[in-house]
Amino acid sequence: MSRYLDLLKGMLGAAPKRPEKVSEKVQKIMFLKYEDKDRYIKEKLHARDHHIVSHKWRNRRWAVLIATNLLFVFSFWLDIQILEGALTASRFVGFHLIDLNSALHVMLAHKHIIVNLFIGTFTVFLLWVLLGGRSFCSWVCPYHLLAEWTEKLHLWLVDRKIVTDHEFHRGTRTVFWLLFALLSVVTGYTIFETISPTGILSRALIYGPGLALGWVFLLLLFEVFWSRRAWCRYVCPIGLTYGAVGALSPLQITYHVEHCFHEGDCRKVCLVPHVLDVTVKGRAGEETLGLGPDCTRCGLCVDICPTGALRYEVKGLSKLL
Amino acid sequence: MSENEPRAAAHKPAMSIEKAQKARRKFLQSVGLTAGIVGISLLGYIPVTSARTTRLRPPGALDEADFLSSCIKCGQCVQVCPVAAIKLGDIDDGFGLGVPYIAARDQACDFSCDAVQCILACPTGSLTYHKPDFLGVRAGAPLAHAPILKAKENDAEPSLNLKERFGVARLARPESCLAVQGKGFKGQARGPAFKGEMRYVDVDRWAPIPVRDHPYERDICDLCVTECPIKDAISLQPFVNEAGDQRFMPVVQEQCVGCGVCEMICPVEPAAIVVDAQAVWKGAAR
Repeated sequence: MSRYLDLLKGMLGAAPKRPEKVSEKVQKIMFLKYEDKDRYIKEKLHARDHHIVSHKWRNRRWAVLIATNLLFVFSFWLDIQILEGALTASRFVGFHLIDLNSALHVMLAHKHIIVNLFIGTFTVFLLWVLLGGRSFCSWVCPYHLLAEWTEKLHLWLVDRKIVTDHEFHRGTRTVFWLLFALLSVVTGYTIFETISPTGILSRALIYGPGLALGWVFLLLLFEVFWSRRAWCRYVCPIGLTYGAVGALSPLQITYHVEHCFHEGDCRKVCLVPHVLDVTVKGRAGEETLGLGPDCTRCGLCVDICPTGALRYEVKGLSKLL
Repeated sequence: MSENEPRAAAHKPAMSIEKAQKARRKFLQSVGLTAGIVGISLLGYIPVTSARTTRLRPPGALDEADFLSSCIKCGQCVQVCPVAAIKLGDIDDGFGLGVPYIAARDQACDFSCDAVQCILACPTGSLTYHKPDFLGVRAGAPLAHAPILKAKENDAEPSLNLKERFGVARLARPESCLAVQGKGFKGQARGPAFKGEMRYVDVDRWAPIPVRDHPYERDICDLCVTECPIKDAISLQPFVNEAGDQRFMPVVQEQCVGCGVCEMICPVEPAAIVVDAQAVWKGAAR
């Protein structure tokens, strides 16, 4: 329970904590791991040598993300009417789907909820409770994909010492969430929607490009030259909304300390590396740990891990299988 | 070293100076980021409050402020419109970004969907058949009775489910109106390059066709009257001008819903008749 609360606090911006108690089993695992240093190093190098670097999950995810967005596009362009609307609100074969953060802001700004809005919101809520809230970010959000691509440019520039990553406090996103909610209530306008690159990109894909893409471009520039993945990490309230929704999701990426060499490759590729704090030597209190609500289930860590210490798992189901 | 160690441990600050400075810098930068992004987001106020343009909203739209707040910016109304009359606002519309509007001169709403499909498509009630009770109704906005759609005048249910107008037409430039000048009109109403579409019941009851494919021939131009989709919304009335000539003038009636077809079809440039977006009916003598 306390770890669960710590994970929630971590999502809001708190620094990860060391475990208060390390289970006997984990203590034993750690003892065995480091008992013989030579063997440990040998095993590590062996695992590295045999690691077939794959982009399995990344490719699957990109395919899903692109397919989802194209389904929106073609539903309108080719009039196939499967997924009509945009990411903020749509109908899937006639059934209402409404983005949770957009719906929240409409409710706060307009202060009135009609039945369709409620139905659509509830459907999407259930969907993301099951699939893990922030899966929306990495598996659906078009800005995530663009930012992922430009992130490569950022890292390339960092590598050549041309730019440095300026980190902000992760709690900034929580402040943004509260501020935008407050602004919606006070002004009566859905102010976040005006600058949300998710909505802007989704509409640009479906209804054609506009000046608003300039704002998205500026955000990407900021991320390339100033701060790595700044929008997703420190600003976007959509991520926090979905994170909260998926807090109890059965679909997770889990960490198995037994297989880990604590080298931190996973943390280097992660959008939200604080969720991988457990992979630091001595930070795992249990044998198996879920990464928590802020994890976007993007699978980059699963792909990069040479030993299979990080895996996709469905709580309950994985044990049955 | 061994001598200093216990003391150092006892007086060890919670954080090294360097670390504290770093944390402080990070905090200030975070505050800066917050102020910056929120500041930018509030720029949306400029186009809204300066009311640079009053947009013609789709039928059934709530009053402007409520419309902007309740619209979820999804464009489902855009997708169902058979004549593609509905467009979405860009970032220079401020909070109107992603909010639907109609540019009537380019493509007006001619109700060729028969049922106000955009209202049906709206997931949030921004476009609505029934305004919720807590929202006020502006004087002059309600229609005296349900507008009758000429195209389905002979149907069992000839009226549109529309309680309020979304604009009112106005003869803005009577001097350039062909009827006022006693002129007729022959040819394509808006020229060969015009992309706008309209449903002509005598051509095809269900599919709109390009206006350029439907040329007209009139002794006295009355396109705004004959092409108006709503019954009793506009009529051509005779008058005697200063020179003593018998002339005609289009006169907007109370049943005008503000669809903008008259503005789209008007063959003179710029249009003699325009629709005033979000305007209300202020009586016949306007």
